Amino acid sequence: MVELSINKIKVKAEDNMTILDAAKSVGISIPTLCHIKDLIPSGACRICSVEVEGFRNLVPACAYPVSEGMTVETNSARVRRARKTIVELLVENHPQDCLICVRNKNCELQNLAERYSLREHRFHGETKDHAVDISSPSLERDPAKCILCGRCVRVCNEVQKIGAIDFANRGFQSNVTTPYNKGINVSDCILCGQCILVCPTAALRERSAMKEVSSALESRNKYTIAQIAPAVRATLGEEYNLPLGTDVTGKLVTGLRRLGFKKVFDTNFAADLTIWEEANELIQRISNNEPLPMFTSCCPGWVKFIEHNYPDLLQYVSSCKSPHEMEGAIAKTYYAKKLGISPKDVFVVSVMPCTVKKFEASRPELNEHKLQDVDAVLTTRELVRFFEVAGIDFADLNDSEFDNPLGESTGAAAIFGTSGGVMEAALRNAYHTLTGEHLENMELNAIRGLEGVKETTIKIGELDVNVAVVNGIGNIRQILDDLRSGNSKYHFIEVMACPGGCINGGGQPIHQKTDKVVQRMRALYEIDKKMVKRRSYENESIKTLYKEYFVEPGSHVSHEVLHTHFHSRKS
Amino acid sequence: MHNHIFEQYTRNDKSSLIPLLQEVQAIYGYLPEDALKDVADYVGLPLSRVYGVATFYNQFRLSALGENVIRVCRGTACHVKNSANLLFALENTLNIKAGETTKDKKFTIELVNCIGACSIAPVITVNDEYYGRITTKDIPSIIKKYAAKPAKGVQPANVTEEVA
Ligand code: SF4
Ligand code: SF4
Ligand code: FES
Repeated sequence: MVELSINKIKVKAEDNMTILDAAKSVGISIPTLCHIKDLIPSGACRICSVEVEGFRNLVPACAYPVSEGMTVETNSARVRRARKTIVELLVENHPQDCLICVRNKNCELQNLAERYSLREHRFHGETKDHAVDISSPSLERDPAKCILCGRCVRVCNEVQKIGAIDFANRGFQSNVTTPYNKGINVSDCILCGQCILVCPTAALRERSAMKEVSSALESRNKYTIAQIAPAVRATLGEEYNLPLGTDVTGKLVTGLRRLGFKKVFDTNFAADLTIWEEANELIQRISNNEPLPMFTSCCPGWVKFIEHNYPDLLQYVSSCKSPHEMEGAIAKTYYAKKLGISPKDVFVVSVMPCTVKKFEASRPELNEHKLQDVDAVLTTRELVRFFEVAGIDFADLNDSEFDNPLGESTGAAAIFGTSGGVMEAALRNAYHTLTGEHLENMELNAIRGLEGVKETTIKIGELDVNVAVVNGIGNIRQILDDLRSGNSKYHFIEVMACPGGCINGGGQPIHQKTDKVVQRMRALYEIDKKMVKRRSYENESIKTLYKEYFVEPGSHVSHEVLHTHFHSRKS
Repeated sequence: MHNHIFEQYTRNDKSSLIPLLQEVQAIYGYLPEDALKDVADYVGLPLSRVYGVATFYNQFRLSALGENVIRVCRGTACHVKNSANLLFALENTLNIKAGETTKDKKFTIELVNCIGACSIAPVITVNDEYYGRITTKDIPSIIKKYAAKPAKGVQPANVTEEVA
């Protein structure tokens, strides 16, 4: 412990704490831009400058450790002037179009301009002029809005370990881009959107599908169906200042109906179905002595990653479509037939926590009779914009229930949205299929939580099943390298590209509140806990679905409609 | 054509990046995309990082040089004498930006920090010839001169220049 003084307040701090954290502990906020919690400071932007007695130059608080007897001033005229100048320079080199910007009112640059009371334009100079990269169906890059903080570069390189984007060129030309400034769609980017979540401005943003969805809702010939991913219900409330981890399922259903969707279904239904199919596939692979481990396939970011980087291992990935694709496929086959409408008229909109799902929905493999299974994907953030335009006061909405039959689900499906959830759900099912008994201890704490790689062994009958749960795509390489060299002890591995799983997906609300991932996880586990039925095999609508249409898991029809294939994208 | 250069370097050693890029450029006169990919693979860095390094240092080029290389001095003396206007005029006439090569591969425009001929600023060079104290009016005739005749003696740019 050391003692120092910050703005004449005595502060006790841990030895290796930065000035930034020590100040925070006594309620003094120092602005940051390039800083990312838990990553080594880069000290690039200097917005966090403070004065330290005995130092001639200002010191970056995010990078500088405290020491005994230090005297820090975070609010002197000199500090304020320095920070204000930095903000002014950034603002002058930034398009002045806040009013029509997707991040208006949720922009760190805007906040800083306000915080340092910028009231005039003091500098005038050349501004950046770069084309917007709209090459991908998932995300857009608008380099003119980039303030070169480097947060996206660091998340992509150090957390996700993809390295799709980096700084290029120098001086005024310096920018963040893909190799050869080609579109993001031809890079190794997996479109996870983690970079969007850390970008302080709108330089990185999702590619919006709002236009397509609006016109479908207006068209008289379209039978519009909405479905909601497990993770969206645990986060959307944040956009309305509800506490982190508030479950807003019922309001979401009401809101989507008010937008004009004919049916509001639950992706959780298809999550249960995925478990039937996936657990069955696992059991088949084990009993037929096929190569193991089997990897889950519900995360399209993970699938894109392995297609780019380890295509030789694609045979290990489950052939199941992801839940929202299954839901869409059923809507356009079984359900359309039941209703007597043409699949051509069905328009399926998935509300997802994810940017890669937009890319996934456009995969040519994912269609029935030349119709894409899912017609449009909206992120959590885009749905909020829909509610705004429609004048829906979300926080005041009453709850309603999903439409059936594609709306029934169990607790096992609810936890699909968090890292470890798919595994837990699958084990509950596999246990029952193999032993005929219910897995009593349903809460597998070893595979819950934030750890990047979690593992456990569970005894199913005579068999010790070794499972691993990986979240944050940067953590998967080691496991794949081991598998390549023939050292894998696992039977089943769940992979989610985003750290924490879909609850922290690239389409989720953007803010830097600590604890958000933990609170969102908790929300999903609570939904599971409250359910009477917590195992996918207890879903009655799915039993009917098999009786009326798919016969049994892994049947011919199920392979046609619910399974898919992958291919190498190695360049 | 460039595979042999890797022999003297250990795999996944990030510090060999710049020497490897220099070797590639010594072979081709620029950094072809395929070679850049191979280098990235070999040193174990993402292509985006390698591209970033290649575009950061002036010594590296990402496209082949044209038959005629026009170098525009942007040093202080030339700057004061309006070399920026010469550059604009060249860019407009040839319809390319500095660092680029015309579609017909006839011309490349490059920027240099100081040619060392400040007494005749503003200066441009075309291949080995110097043009000093010129104005934008002189540009069309200079270009015309080279557009017609086949070039001789073009050297790849500064391959041996030290990293700044
Ligand atoms: S979407 Fe993911 S992989 Fe692509 S640039 Fe952003 S962080 Fe990197
Ligand atoms: S794109 Fe956004 S996160 Fe990346 S450097 Fe620019 S401002 Fe920062
Ligand atoms: S936040 Fe400290 S230098 Fe950028």
